[in-house]
Amino acid sequence: MKLKEVNKVSLLWAFLIGGAICLAGQLIMDLTPYEISTGHVLVGYVTLGALASALGLYQPLVDIGGAGATIPLSGFGHGLVQGVLSSIKNQGIMGVFMGGIAANAAGIAAAVIFGYIMAVLFNPKG
Amino acid sequence: MAGFTGPEDTSRLKKQFDHSKKQYEQEKYQKIAQKHVPKASIFRNSLNAFLMGGLICAVAQALFNLISSAGFTVKEANTIVAVIMIFLGAFLTGIGIYDSIAKVGGAGAMVPITGFANSIVAPAMEFKKEGYIFGIGARMFSTAGPVLVYGIVTSIIVGLIAFTIM
Repeated sequence: MKLKEVNKVSLLWAFLIGGAICLAGQLIMDLTPYEISTGHVLVGYVTLGALASALGLYQPLVDIGGAGATIPLSGFGHGLVQGVLSSIKNQGIMGVFMGGIAANAAGIAAAVIFGYIMAVLFNPKG
Repeated sequence: MAGFTGPEDTSRLKKQFDHSKKQYEQEKYQKIAQKHVPKASIFRNSLNAFLMGGLICAVAQALFNLISSAGFTVKEANTIVAVIMIFLGAFLTGIGIYDSIAKVGGAGAMVPITGFANSIVAPAMEFKKEGYIFGIGARMFSTAGPVLVYGIVTSIIVGLIAFTIM
């Protein structure tokens, strides 16, 4: 396949996997009898993503779905666990504490700085 | 014992009967409505979540393809895409567009990392009047805090288990 075709197919897979992951979250919110906030869903996704990653179940999803698996918050849990596991090899026990945040430092820093700037600049509507 | 002799009694009884009949029909209607409305909206919510979540991830994948074709490694490209998506989520929340996206998309707008950015900016903006430290500074993490806590705790526990096994 040419690069263009590969790219097109990757868009479709990202759409399908990403959509399916989000659909599951919506069903959890709608079908659970008691009140579930988006905060609960986000925490659940990070934790489940981390556990699935530890069991080796999340990487195949990333291989197929690309951004469809890394962009949902379960991908953040996956990134944390993979960061920890890969830095254990080089740094041992220190890697357990450093690897996760180090691997996701840019995302965390971006969330803090962009979040701060936007909150300072803008006011809520209405 | 009260007898049913007078015409007032009959009209009173008729009124009572009509009233309870109305009540019964209302209850019946509500039961039917309960059966049908949530199902329909659950289906629509799910479809919307699927489409919105898929769309956001496809946009991220398009960015990823663009960036990796510019010569970055997969790891670098993933990081850059995450930063861009977080920026977009935060910016669209600031100008008030992400609210409408979330209204349509539901979990499809909240679960992607743009929704994580939204969960940081929205409460921080709302509580700005409480000050820059305990308004913005603290409220930024009302949802993001728990996410970081549980993500980091889980990854460290996994790491400790992996370390002892290895």
